[in-house]
Amino acid sequence: MLRWIVWRDLTLAWRRRADMLSTVFFFVIVVSLFPLGIGPETQLLRSIAPGVVWVAALLASMLSLGRLFANDYQDGTLEQLLLTPQPLFMVVLGKVLAHWIVSEIPLVLIAPLVGLQFDLPRETLAILVLSLLVGTPVLSLIGSVGAALTLGLRGGGVLISILVLPLYIPALIFGAGAVEASIMGTTPAPHLYLLGAFAIVSLIFSPWATAAALRISVE
Amino acid sequence: MAESERSGATEVDLSRVISYIFGPVVAPTLLEVSKLGCVRGDRRLFSGLDLSIRAGTFLQVTGPNGSGKTSLLRILCGLLAPVEGQIKWQGENIRSLAEDYFTSVTYLGHRHGVKDELTAVENLRISNALNGIVVSKERAREVLGRMGLAGRESLPARLLSEGQRRRVALARLLTCNTKLWLLDEVMTSLDKGAMALVRSLIEEHLAGGGIAIVATHQDLELATGSSQRLELAT
Repeated sequence: MLRWIVWRDLTLAWRRRADMLSTVFFFVIVVSLFPLGIGPETQLLRSIAPGVVWVAALLASMLSLGRLFANDYQDGTLEQLLLTPQPLFMVVLGKVLAHWIVSEIPLVLIAPLVGLQFDLPRETLAILVLSLLVGTPVLSLIGSVGAALTLGLRGGGVLISILVLPLYIPALIFGAGAVEASIMGTTPAPHLYLLGAFAIVSLIFSPWATAAALRISVE
Repeated sequence: MAESERSGATEVDLSRVISYIFGPVVAPTLLEVSKLGCVRGDRRLFSGLDLSIRAGTFLQVTGPNGSGKTSLLRILCGLLAPVEGQIKWQGENIRSLAEDYFTSVTYLGHRHGVKDELTAVENLRISNALNGIVVSKERAREVLGRMGLAGRESLPARLLSEGQRRRVALARLLTCNTKLWLLDEVMTSLDKGAMALVRSLIEEHLAGGGIAIVATHQDLELATGSSQRLELAT
């Protein structure tokens, strides 16, 4: 069942590749603006890199979250999803997984490339990718709650940002913290562990919250 | 009874005649609605609604715009929680049945639930798969052919006309294998041929002991089954 939802959403995303690409381009452009604006001061660039890349990832995921349920809501397929004989959190989990694959994995993959602009050493680039890999599921999971709550509202896009961005703060702190630790030459492990713990907590709670919010939104 | 044993051909006809005459008495009550009330915004649409629907019954819900036809259907399928009253399916409250209830229900709303980016075949197969029914590509083509979409199965749904997309949505009725059909204004944007097709689908469904609850302004004029009419007032 989960497989079908993921497959469905991946097929839909593939048929609308432009949406996926716009998220990636947004991420690349936002990250690239900083070195261009600040100039070739490698010391400064290196110290702001973790925060800049992570904040850009948060903002980029805002772009794609609005579409997570909105398209299904408009054409009535969301109602049909709510009426399938399986727990609703499974449906949500499938959609979130598909969102992570479509919207977050490309960011993780392109991160080392944009990280090069900040003169980051190779080990740090690896930690950057690792921190994004552990942290981006949090963005999809918590973001899905916001997407479900703002479904069908006017100006939902802005509202999602206001609702969800504050909840991303722990992920931002630990994710950027891990990269920073690696730049400083200390071990990033504690940050990554805490980030992983945060990912697990959001995996446990957000599908239920999203399912409840969806039921309310469809009423 | 003795007659029906003698020849197989008349047996079918006789059983249909018997169910036609005694149907309302013999068939078990599947759906029971008691003291149902619905409030949208600050307006009370209906209250104290009692229904008892037996297998093989066709219920047409009519009423002016805004009288609560759609709300009633959404309450019956479990999308909308009623403010008062309860709904029982085969004697059990649908709230406690939760997901199990959905194995018996097919709801088609105003919005078809057809994905523009997917082809007709993909739409049919995926919507069935999500309901736990595996439909092969060949079967999907066959069903869509019966819905008058032969030759258009592989087109993305956005290239189909409104009526054709409605037909894709209706194709699910042929594969869903559920007892209770809740159809909301399904006849909109359908041509005469498609309307006749829907009529025959509902007739087959009723003959198989199913229930069809249809919100519509047009009269369906079914040939079989027991028809009831529910008029919602504003």
